[in-house]
Amino acid sequence: MRKETWKELTIGTINLDAGNSVKNLTGTWRSGKKPQFIEEHCIQCFFCWLYCPHFAILVEDGEVKGINYDYCTGCGMCSVECPTKEKAIVMVEEEAELAEGSGK
Amino acid sequence: MSALKTLNGNQSIAEAVRQIDPDVLAAYPITPSTAIVETIAKFKADGMITGEFVCPESEHSAMSVCIGAASAGGRVMTATASQGLALMWEMLYIAAGLRLPIVAAIVNRSMSAPINIHGDHSDTMGARDSGWIQIYSENCQEAYDNFIQAFRIAEHLDVRTPVLVGLDGFIISHSMEVIQVEDDDEVKKFVGEYMPLYPLLDTSNKMTVGPIDFTDYYFEHKRSQLEGIENSPPVIEAVGKEFGQKFGREYGFFEEYRMDDAELCIVVMSSAAGTCKDAIDELRSEGKKVGLLKPRVFRPFPHKKIAEALKEMKAVAVLDRCSSPGAFGAPLFTEIRSGLYDYAERPRIVNYVYGLGGRDIKVEHFKEVASKLEKIAETGTVEEIYSYINLRE
Repeated sequence: MRKETWKELTIGTINLDAGNSVKNLTGTWRSGKKPQFIEEHCIQCFFCWLYCPHFAILVEDGEVKGINYDYCTGCGMCSVECPTKEKAIVMVEEEAELAEGSGK
Repeated sequence: MSALKTLNGNQSIAEAVRQIDPDVLAAYPITPSTAIVETIAKFKADGMITGEFVCPESEHSAMSVCIGAASAGGRVMTATASQGLALMWEMLYIAAGLRLPIVAAIVNRSMSAPINIHGDHSDTMGARDSGWIQIYSENCQEAYDNFIQAFRIAEHLDVRTPVLVGLDGFIISHSMEVIQVEDDDEVKKFVGEYMPLYPLLDTSNKMTVGPIDFTDYYFEHKRSQLEGIENSPPVIEAVGKEFGQKFGREYGFFEEYRMDDAELCIVVMSSAAGTCKDAIDELRSEGKKVGLLKPRVFRPFPHKKIAEALKEMKAVAVLDRCSSPGAFGAPLFTEIRSGLYDYAERPRIVNYVYGLGGRDIKVEHFKEVASKLEKIAETGTVEEIYSYINLRE
């Protein structure tokens, strides 16, 4: 990607391209573990969505549907915050096969 | 209506604040600038200003409030001194990096240790690389005039850089002087409406302010920042001229006093320049060709203009009201000496440090400096490039 020269930058470090951090795929260096979504345990409380520091929880039609691994760093916060007795998000080894329909 | 008023330096600044009535005033009191904050608080309590007056828990927070309010789109000011300016340190760089046209009145005071509340330039000289424009005032009138002009300079679209106005602690901040206070409406008209660039409160245009830059963009953003201060000289000049046309007191980068046929020159800023003028008058009546150059704008430093004014002198003494530990000389001296380097013919030049912690500098001291300059001019040699005035040795 071509980077701007100093003359092309907006005054005062301002970035007018709001939301451009979607271009940065933060999930390319995951910790070694990744979250796995178990839909039948999910009560749609949105705690995972609220706590995820990378906006990596997939939401469709107002419901949590899984994880967007392009942005997931494997920090595990979603799994810790998941309040259900049987967790709707569990951390698994990176190599582990994912259940069908649980994200990419 | 324009009127003569008897005010001290702090009241002169507060009077300008009342007339300009910025959107947000955030300040923490510290000697000798407390009376600025106190007077503004009184104006606010009496309903004489409409701006938000914020009393945060420290100077660091005061400058942080200024940065937030200026980013939101407000016209913003603060006032402080010495340790207070030091506590603002990291925020000064942020204000400049974000190109926010904040205006600060700095009542120049020494830096601890040892603790001292009196006037010298150690505080603002320490902040000279923070990216702020720096303007220094000789007396209450200049403090008032400079403070009004500071908004026009800071807010100019080519500049958009914070400006600090210095006035000497106690010598100016607490000394009464009769000054011309201009008409409220005329001052408001001169300063004009403030048009913020990219205000955060404009929610229809989403943006990020102060993002993280690593090795990929930081350098470009810092280079871009320099444009503001580098564009400022013609603006400073035009604003000083316009102020003169409107109010009768014109300002430039520096003042020359009896320099027309001068062969020797004393360079000194702020309140000491007033004393120096008396010394120059006495020296002139004794037939000595001595003049004064009083820098007003220290950042951006007008290297070329000052070098042009000094290049034909036989000898020059630069007087600094601060020291620069371990440096070749104090700040004003190194700037001026460096500016003269490219001239094949240039004057002999020496540096004196004076007045630290408010130590007096009197007419007799300037006359001693002049007699040393005479000797340097006669012999063509500088024995002591760096020395002190009125210090027990």
